[in-house]
Amino acid sequence: MIIAEQKNLNEIKNLIGDAENVLVLGCGTCVTVCFAGGAHEAAITAASLRMATKLEGHPRQVTDLTVQRQCEWEYLDEAAEQIQQADIVLSLGCGIGVQAIVEHFPSTWVAPGLNTTFLGLPTEQGVWMERCAACGDCILGLTGGICPIARCSKSLLNGPCGGSENGHCEIDPETPCAWQLIYDRLKSMHRLDALLEIQPPKNWRTSRDGGPRKIIREDLRLPAEES
Amino acid sequence: MDSSTVTNGYVSGSNLERVLRAGHFAVTGELGPPPKRRQPCDPKKAALLKGYCDAVNITDNQTAIVRMSSISAGAIAFQEELEPVIQMTCRDRNRLAIQSDLLGAYALGMRNVLCLTGDHQSFGNHPAAKNVFDLDSIQLVQVVTAMREDCIFQCGDVMKGQEPRFFIGAAAAPFADPLDFRPYRLAKKVKAGANFIQTQLIYDIPAFVEFMRKVRELGLHQKTYILAGVGPLKSPSMARYMKESVPGILMPDELIQKLELAGKPWAGKSKDELTKDEKKERAQAWKQEGIKICIELIQELKKIEGVAGVHVMAIEWEEAVKPIVEGAGLYPRPEIPAPATMDAVQE
Repeated sequence: MIIAEQKNLNEIKNLIGDAENVLVLGCGTCVTVCFAGGAHEAAITAASLRMATKLEGHPRQVTDLTVQRQCEWEYLDEAAEQIQQADIVLSLGCGIGVQAIVEHFPSTWVAPGLNTTFLGLPTEQGVWMERCAACGDCILGLTGGICPIARCSKSLLNGPCGGSENGHCEIDPETPCAWQLIYDRLKSMHRLDALLEIQPPKNWRTSRDGGPRKIIREDLRLPAEES
Repeated sequence: MDSSTVTNGYVSGSNLERVLRAGHFAVTGELGPPPKRRQPCDPKKAALLKGYCDAVNITDNQTAIVRMSSISAGAIAFQEELEPVIQMTCRDRNRLAIQSDLLGAYALGMRNVLCLTGDHQSFGNHPAAKNVFDLDSIQLVQVVTAMREDCIFQCGDVMKGQEPRFFIGAAAAPFADPLDFRPYRLAKKVKAGANFIQTQLIYDIPAFVEFMRKVRELGLHQKTYILAGVGPLKSPSMARYMKESVPGILMPDELIQKLELAGKPWAGKSKDELTKDEKKERAQAWKQEGIKICIELIQELKKIEGVAGVHVMAIEWEEAVKPIVEGAGLYPRPEIPAPATMDAVQE
């Protein structure tokens, strides 16, 4: 899922600027599960903003609302009235949510209340870790199901580099060395031979390097209306 | 050696290649363009290496601290009569920039390249930088090999005119984790085309002997020239720092004790209790011991089958190179004339 974390209140206050009528819009999907932007966090953020702006002598009208998914326009329609009435929508969705609102409500000013951080999973209560870089050309089949693009600090395809020590990456003792994990996993599965092959340079065109990405599924598209 | 060679028997004709192919125990040094300065390298430091090394590595923004570029500093190193080994990292350049820089380096007369992944930028003075890592070091070796052997760019396009004929190097970290995999990762570099290897600093001879045993089992010593990394220690605290904080370095306690013993006349006294002269004398005693240890290490390394030379890393202590090379019986350096055909190629 998409992992995000809240921006600090000062940054949020700056983003809101002079707006009088603020809608804090939560999202019921990924960011709810990672405790960054669900109904609970939206209510707390709204209350914090009410309190902070009151203390500063310029109280604003801050309300909150949460939709099932900000990243699909049909769910945003449910909040259309509140979105259009607000001077600003503070989205507690991921970056996709923010842009979905902007595209669907072009006359509304929208600001992000979260930093969208990575694609990952919770590894224990209160800990989330990155697992996928969405490179568009999955190589997990070569690496025992552990992604070096997302999890090696240098995205090496022929790792590990000389900075692997005691299972950790040299850039941070809290970061596991992805290539040590790959090595251990392939060894335990008796598949170490796979590491003797030189992996060729990656085709990054499928990643962000090929420009903004788009998928068109003709089999799913609706037939064009006859003009 | 496995690599295809032009008719004169050399792939590049560099001095380093000539020395190694003639069967001499090679010596390479290291010259880092200083940080926060505009000049490529201190001419005084360069002069300290001249005549004592067959070639000198010119680092490429090492430790991710911005400095004069390796190729520019390499061009200036020629003026100091040093043969450069251009270090090329994958951190700051994508495959386009790497290949174009290598074409330039070759045109400027550089004949040795060391292919590295590069230190992560988080260690340096621009931790907010975006890194590249389009290629990794093994892929880089493949790319430079294909430029030389197949006259093609990475995309497959065929080059016109003179192809860059580099003597291609790569690094090895024999004691980094996972230890068991290190000889096999070296094998990948050799398979990719590495003509020579420079290792991380070696202090633990028995551990390196074991590594080299595996290297020989894989036959790698017959396909590439392995230069063992050595570096003089300046003080017991430097040795302890390496032991505790530098990944991939094994530092035997015995060496730390040797250095401590050298500083024994001043032992038990804090910095404040020592006079300026005493501090100087102690530093001098440590340095002398550090050079002595380095010479002993080289003598042990020379005995190991498959070790073709040493890479002396005396960073910020270039004065140590002369006594080390002389003390290890590696001076004067051999002079192997450049082949006539290679000269023609170079023109």
